[in-house]
Amino acid sequence: MNRGPLIFLGIFFALAFSWTGVVLTNQIQYGSLTPYYDQNEGKTYPEKPSGQAERGRLVYQDLGCLYCHSQQVRRPGFGADTERGWGDRQSVARDYVYEKRVFLGTMRTGPDLRNIGARQPSADWHYLHLYDPRLTSPGSIMAPFAFLYEYRPILGERSPKALKLPAEYAKLHRLDRPGYELVPTPRAEALVAYLLSLKDTYEFPEAKPYVAPKAGGSGK
Amino acid sequence: MANAPSLAASLNPGTPTDAVARAELSEIDASAKWPVIVFLLSGLAWLLIGTVFALISSIKLHTPEFLGDYEWLTFGRTRTAHLNSVVYGWSTNVAFAVAFWLMARLSRARLRHGGLLIVAACFWNLGVTIGIVGILAGDSTSIEWLEIPPYATPLLFVAYALVGVWAVITFRFRQSEHIYVSQWYLLAALFWFPWLYSVAQIMLIFEPARGTVQALVNWWFAHNVLGLWFTPIGLAAVYYFIPKVLGKPIHSYYLSVLGFWSLAIFYNWAGVHHLIGGPVPAWVISAGIAASLMMVIPVVVTAINHHLTMVGSFSALRYSPTLRFVVFGAVNYTLVSLTGSAMAIRGFNEITHFTHFTVAHAHQGMYAFFTMVMFGAVYYILPRLLLKEWPSATLIRTHFWATAIGITVYWIDLSIGGWIQGTEMNNASIPFIDVVQHTIPWLFVRSVAGIVITIGHLAFAVNVGWMLLARRPAGVTAPTLFHTPPAMPTTVVR
Repeated sequence: MNRGPLIFLGIFFALAFSWTGVVLTNQIQYGSLTPYYDQNEGKTYPEKPSGQAERGRLVYQDLGCLYCHSQQVRRPGFGADTERGWGDRQSVARDYVYEKRVFLGTMRTGPDLRNIGARQPSADWHYLHLYDPRLTSPGSIMAPFAFLYEYRPILGERSPKALKLPAEYAKLHRLDRPGYELVPTPRAEALVAYLLSLKDTYEFPEAKPYVAPKAGGSGK
Repeated sequence: MANAPSLAASLNPGTPTDAVARAELSEIDASAKWPVIVFLLSGLAWLLIGTVFALISSIKLHTPEFLGDYEWLTFGRTRTAHLNSVVYGWSTNVAFAVAFWLMARLSRARLRHGGLLIVAACFWNLGVTIGIVGILAGDSTSIEWLEIPPYATPLLFVAYALVGVWAVITFRFRQSEHIYVSQWYLLAALFWFPWLYSVAQIMLIFEPARGTVQALVNWWFAHNVLGLWFTPIGLAAVYYFIPKVLGKPIHSYYLSVLGFWSLAIFYNWAGVHHLIGGPVPAWVISAGIAASLMMVIPVVVTAINHHLTMVGSFSALRYSPTLRFVVFGAVNYTLVSLTGSAMAIRGFNEITHFTHFTVAHAHQGMYAFFTMVMFGAVYYILPRLLLKEWPSATLIRTHFWATAIGITVYWIDLSIGGWIQGTEMNNASIPFIDVVQHTIPWLFVRSVAGIVITIGHLAFAVNVGWMLLARRPAGVTAPTLFHTPPAMPTTVVR
């Protein structure tokens, strides 16, 4: 039986079907979604990331952070994302319009980071956590990123960004040499700037914080 | 342009047809020898490299300080290097090798322009090598399944273009009028892969789509690489080797047609189930879930066809290495696909999404199904190309049991661990760090399973190396079997 051309047509249309449906239709439907102008505040949301945060995004990308951390908050009632405090509201497509590469992620070996900038606004905390995650989060299995730091002699004044290590930890790891300091490299600084920029703390008409209906109330 | 009659037929037209057919097959095998061997050996090298990265990544998840001071060996990079070496290095190379050999045999045509394929192999492996080095150096794109940096992808494109040209030529000059179901799968896979890959490259890397459209393109691509590239080639091999080794026809021709077209239609929508609950249009997720559930049809149909062909011939599993690997793979195809459909159901997905359950599922698909079928195929093909038998049945046995037990433990262990992780993660009263801590024992067992699998890979590599170096014996040899069958049937069981 020779039905080569017919088989080929079938094979072609099978994939053309989902290419049209999944890729093309969605590109047409919301591939040119725009930011939202909030008239009350006179600003558009989401905000454009700063240059340093944008460089930090590249560090996040080259270290492969997304393999353990998602960046999406699911709606209340589906999973426990809001109960865990990962965000006040569900993430929506408009939140991502400025992201050159979208890191939704598919794994939560570690917690979701969509709002890490709001949940943990301290840069010092992030510097310690990235240097050795066990310093701030005992029991964590996150990879250490000590290679993003430099142990160097203090030149002039101590850097304001120098890590404030617990004395015992510094002694144990021989990081207590007098006249020396442990400072983040520009890549670590960019990465922390990026993490701090991750916060969807604004509202869209289509995405407002969920208010649980009062027990016994009308549900409104 | 028709094929010249085979050598045996032209020397003596009176040769019995059976002998002519055998001579024709060995001529086809001889023509396929070098291209197939080049792809197989490069695949094997990548398998070993990928295994090393797998072990490093696995250990890092329960002992994060392990090799923690080296930036190029941080988890995010070794895990990515593992995925890309086993997907584009091992799996794609071996898929090419098996596809070319099957295509030549089923078209009953000598493999022409083998040089084209060897050039393609050089480009492909150069591309993958540059890609993996790039990932370790920090140039990963961090797009799942597409991490190879953009400067390496043109090499992969050139390689693929050469393969495509070759496939069209071979199919065009086929001698067999009948197109066997394996050829359908092979042709479809060879056509689908470049389409998927080029759309994904363009819409994600060269001219990125806006916002979460990227996520849809990403999962349309990544899931279809499994379903429309590796699965068809794995199934083509199963459809060829089970009947071939047993010497009996496939259970039902009609079912194989139904299985093929239902896979072609439903699978390609299914990838969206990776985004359930995510910030993409709800309708497309619902469509993805529906397609994932419809996948039960091709899976059950194919399962009936494969497993009913086996019924009555289970004793052959005692003897034939090829059959044992291929049947292990076919059984896992059924299991992994049904699990996959279940994982697309919202209530199930709410628990398993974002957990190690998905990792277990991915390894069952790519390893317990695809890789095991490919191992079986290699055990059949390589002796016919080298005209030598496998030097050691003990090493084959070690390979089979280490990989079969290893991947089964891996799958059960991480499925349970992932399920616990998912249920705990959905219970906000359990602190997140406790959820993390409770995964550690399961991750540790996974590393042990990984070491067992590694032993299997080493046995395989040693056996292949030994076979290549061994002197070709004079005269007729018997195939290497696990046991000597009581009375050898007329069909040669290998």
